[in-house]
Amino acid sequence: MTIAFPKPDQAVLARRREIVDGLGRLVASEALIVSEDERRAFETDGLTAYRQMPLAVVLPSTTEEVSAILRFCHQHGVKVVPRGAGTSLCGGAIPQEDAIVLGVAKMNRVLDVSFEGRTARVQAGITNLGISQAVAHEGFFYAPDPSSQLACTIAGNIAMNSGGAHCLKYGVTTNNLLGVTMVMLDGTVVEIGGEHLDAAGYDILGLVCGSEGQLGVVTEAVVRILRAAEGARPALFGFEKAEDAGACVAAIIGAGIIPVALEYMDKPAIQICEAFAHAGYPLDVEAMLIVEVEGSDQEIDDMLRRIVAIAEPFKPKTMKVSQSEAESAAIWKGRKSAFGATGRVADYICMDGTIPTGQLPYVLKRIDEIVKSYGLGVANVFHAGDGNLHPLVMFNTNVPGEMEKAEKAGEDILRLCVEVGGCLTGEHGVGIEKRDLMTHQFNPIDLEQQMRVRGVFDPGWLLNPAKVFPLEGRFAA
Amino acid sequence: MTIHTPRDEQDASIIIRDAADKGTLLNVSGNGTKAPMGRPNQTDASISSAAMTGITLYEPAELVISARSGTPVLEVMRVLAAKGQELPFEPMDYRSLLGTKGDPTIGAVAAMNISGPRRIMAGAARDSLIGVRFVNGRGEAVKSGGRVMKNVTGLDLVKLMAGSWGTLGFLTEVTFKVLPKPERMATLVIRGLDDRQAIEALSMALGSPFDVTGAAHIPDRDRRGGSTLIRLEGFRVSVDYRMNELKRLLKRFRFMDILEGNGAEALWQSVRDASVLTDQGGRAVWRVSTAPTKGPDVAAHVAQSLDAQWFYDWGGGLLWISTPADGDAGASILREATRTYGGHATLVRAPTEVRSTLDVFEPQTDALMTLTRGIKASFDPAGILNPGRMYAGI
Repeated sequence: MTIAFPKPDQAVLARRREIVDGLGRLVASEALIVSEDERRAFETDGLTAYRQMPLAVVLPSTTEEVSAILRFCHQHGVKVVPRGAGTSLCGGAIPQEDAIVLGVAKMNRVLDVSFEGRTARVQAGITNLGISQAVAHEGFFYAPDPSSQLACTIAGNIAMNSGGAHCLKYGVTTNNLLGVTMVMLDGTVVEIGGEHLDAAGYDILGLVCGSEGQLGVVTEAVVRILRAAEGARPALFGFEKAEDAGACVAAIIGAGIIPVALEYMDKPAIQICEAFAHAGYPLDVEAMLIVEVEGSDQEIDDMLRRIVAIAEPFKPKTMKVSQSEAESAAIWKGRKSAFGATGRVADYICMDGTIPTGQLPYVLKRIDEIVKSYGLGVANVFHAGDGNLHPLVMFNTNVPGEMEKAEKAGEDILRLCVEVGGCLTGEHGVGIEKRDLMTHQFNPIDLEQQMRVRGVFDPGWLLNPAKVFPLEGRFAA
Repeated sequence: MTIHTPRDEQDASIIIRDAADKGTLLNVSGNGTKAPMGRPNQTDASISSAAMTGITLYEPAELVISARSGTPVLEVMRVLAAKGQELPFEPMDYRSLLGTKGDPTIGAVAAMNISGPRRIMAGAARDSLIGVRFVNGRGEAVKSGGRVMKNVTGLDLVKLMAGSWGTLGFLTEVTFKVLPKPERMATLVIRGLDDRQAIEALSMALGSPFDVTGAAHIPDRDRRGGSTLIRLEGFRVSVDYRMNELKRLLKRFRFMDILEGNGAEALWQSVRDASVLTDQGGRAVWRVSTAPTKGPDVAAHVAQSLDAQWFYDWGGGLLWISTPADGDAGASILREATRTYGGHATLVRAPTEVRSTLDVFEPQTDALMTLTRGIKASFDPAGILNPGRMYAGI
C-alpha cells in the first residue's frame, strides 16, 4: 500500500449533502447512488488493493445528463472520476473521497451500424464484446480484444487506448476509433471525427484516446468494424531456452510473416495454465510460443508450413499445430486464463511494460533476478510480437510485507523496461499504479508539455485528478 | 530572409528560443516540396530540417525505424527495402501534383500525416508513427512515445504532432513501425461501372474477409463508367486464393481483368500521388475525406454546380476533385457538400492569392476551434511556429 492519494478537500466533504442534492436535481433518483452500502460497489476497480469511497455515484443515461452533471461539478469545484465497467488494472477508475464517480455503463446501446461503410456508432457504455456481438450476424467484429472484453466498456477502452492479443495485425483502440462525442468539464459537448478517416485539423481524437479520463467524458463513439477472417488456427512451439524462443520470433518476423497473434509463456506460466485449463501445453520446456495465423484452410496450411520451417533450426522440443476447433480453443483457453489461473495459486500483481523484442532474453533473466531478490516468484506471459510483457509477480497477502515487496519488484521491473528502451505501460494505462514512476520515462520538460495540454481541457484539475501525473510538480498552463 | 538549418536538436532549441524571445515568426520546413500547400503565411525567417539527416535506428526484427526529420523519404524507403520492409501507410509523393522539386522528408510525412491507398488497411502515417522528438515554441526539446509499438504511457502527443503542419513544434526525429513488403501484388480491375456501382463493388470487396489493401475508382471523362481497382497483397498462394474468391464474390460485375507487375504498380502510384489529375494544368485540386458510402453524393453535389473532375480512393472515402481555380476555387460548394454529407475538404492546390483568401482546411466547430487555440498556445505561446499555416491565428 505504497501509493498515496491527495488529501481530500475538507470543504468539499463538508458540502456533501448540498452536492448530492444538486446532483439529485439533474438525474432520476435511481441514477444517483448515495448510501454507503451501494457506493461500496464503486470504491475500487481491477486494482483491488486500493479502495476509496466516493462522495456519490451518478449513472446518467444521456449525453445531456452527462453535460448537466459535469457543468454542475465545474461550477461547484467537485472532482469527477469517470468510470466504465471498473476493470482497470492500473487503478484508472479508483475514486477519491472528495470526488463523485460518473459511470457511463447505462449508456450501452448500438446507435447505428453501416456494413457498407464498415463503421458502428455506439454509446460509450457498451461492452467491447457487445460491439462484436452486434455485428457478428454479418460476419463482422470489432478488432481490439483486451482479455476483459466481456466486461470492459468502449469508454474505458478509449480512456486507456486498450490493446489485446491480436493487435499485431489489427492495431489497438486508437487505430480503430473514428470519432467520439465528448463532454467537456464545463458541459460543452464536442463532436470529434466521424464516419470518415483522419482529422480535419489537429488530431484531437488521437489525444483523447488514452487520456485516462482526464480530458473529458466520452458518451458516444464511432469505431471501425471489420469482416472476420475465414478461419484461424494456432500452433504451439516449446523451447529449451528463452533465447531460442526469442530468436524464433525474430526469424518469423524477419521472414515477412506477421501472425495475427504471437504469444510467449515461460515455464511457471505454462505450468499454472496447464494445471487449470488442460490445454496440452508441454511441461518440460522453458518457453512456449503460441503462433496464430488467419485465412482460408489453404492459406493457413501454407503459412504454418512456413512457420514450422522457420522454427526448426531453433530445435523446438515440441511443435504442435492445432488439428481441430477443440484443440484451438484449448490452446487459447490456457493463455487467456493466465491471470485467473495464477490467481488460484497465489495473489499477484500484473505488470504491463513494453520492451524492444530483441531485449527479451536479457529482460527475462533480470526479471527473474529481481523477483528472487525479494523472495517472490514470477510467471511471465507476453505479447511477443510487440514486446508487451505481463510478468505476474506472485505473493501471499497474508504474509505481512509481501504485497509491498511485490509492488517494489514490479517497480524495479518497469524501470528495467524503460532502461532497455521500452515503456512503463503497453496497454493497461498509468492510473495510480504507475503514476509515480512517470519521471523514469519522461523528464520534467516532457511531463510539463503533457500537463500544459491537459490544462487546456481541465485547467482546474477536476477530472480524474489523482491519476497519471506525479502529485508533486503539477501545473495547468 | 534568414534560413536556419540546425545541425541537431540542441541547435534547433537555441534558434527557436531566440525567435520566441524576439517574436520572430518562423516558417517551419523540410526541403520545401510542399511549400505551395496550406495557407500562405508571412514569416520573418525559416527553420529547415534539411541538415538533420540520417537513420538513427533500424531493427528489422522489431519492425521499427527512426530517422532524423530531414532524412529523405526515399532514403528511408531504400533502407527498408534492402531488408524486404516498407512504410505500411504508403506515403503519397506530392511533387507531381504541386509541380515542385527536391527531396521530400520523413519529417514532413509525420508533420502532415501523409498516407496513400493502403491507409484503409494499414492505417495512416499517424497510426504507424510511434515516437517523436521535437522542439516546441518555447525552444524546449520534448519527446513523446518511443521505439516500441505498444505504449500508452502518458498523453499521446505523437498523435497531436502528426498532422499539425509544424504549428506545434519542429520535429527533430521520428520513429515509425514498419511492415514486411508483400511478396506479390495483384489488382482486380472492373470496367464500365458508374460511381455508385463502383463504390458498391468496393464496399463488397472491403467487407469481404480477403484483406483488400487498395480500393479506388477512376471515372471515365465521359462519365459513362470507368476503372474500379481492387488490390490484394501478400504471399503468392494467399493472393491467388483470395483473387479467385474475390472474382467469385463480384461476378455480377462483368468485364474484369487482373493487372500485375510494373503496370499495376504504376497505376497505384498514380492513384497514390493523385497524378490521375495532374494533366489538368492550372486547375485547383481538393482532397475530401468522407464516409465511403457518401463519396458519390459528395461528387454529385460538386458536379451539379462546378466543372469538376474526380476520382476515388479508400473505397470511396477519399475524393480527389479538380475544380476551376478562379473565384473561390469551388470552396463554397465543397464545404456545402461536407456539411451535408459529413467529412472534411482540404484545398491542396490553388494559386497563392486564392489560398490566402479562404479556408484551406475545413473550418472547425467553435468548440473544436477553442481546443485548437488552447493546444497551440500550450506548445507555442508566442505563436512563432508556422503561424497561420493551418488556420488564421493558429
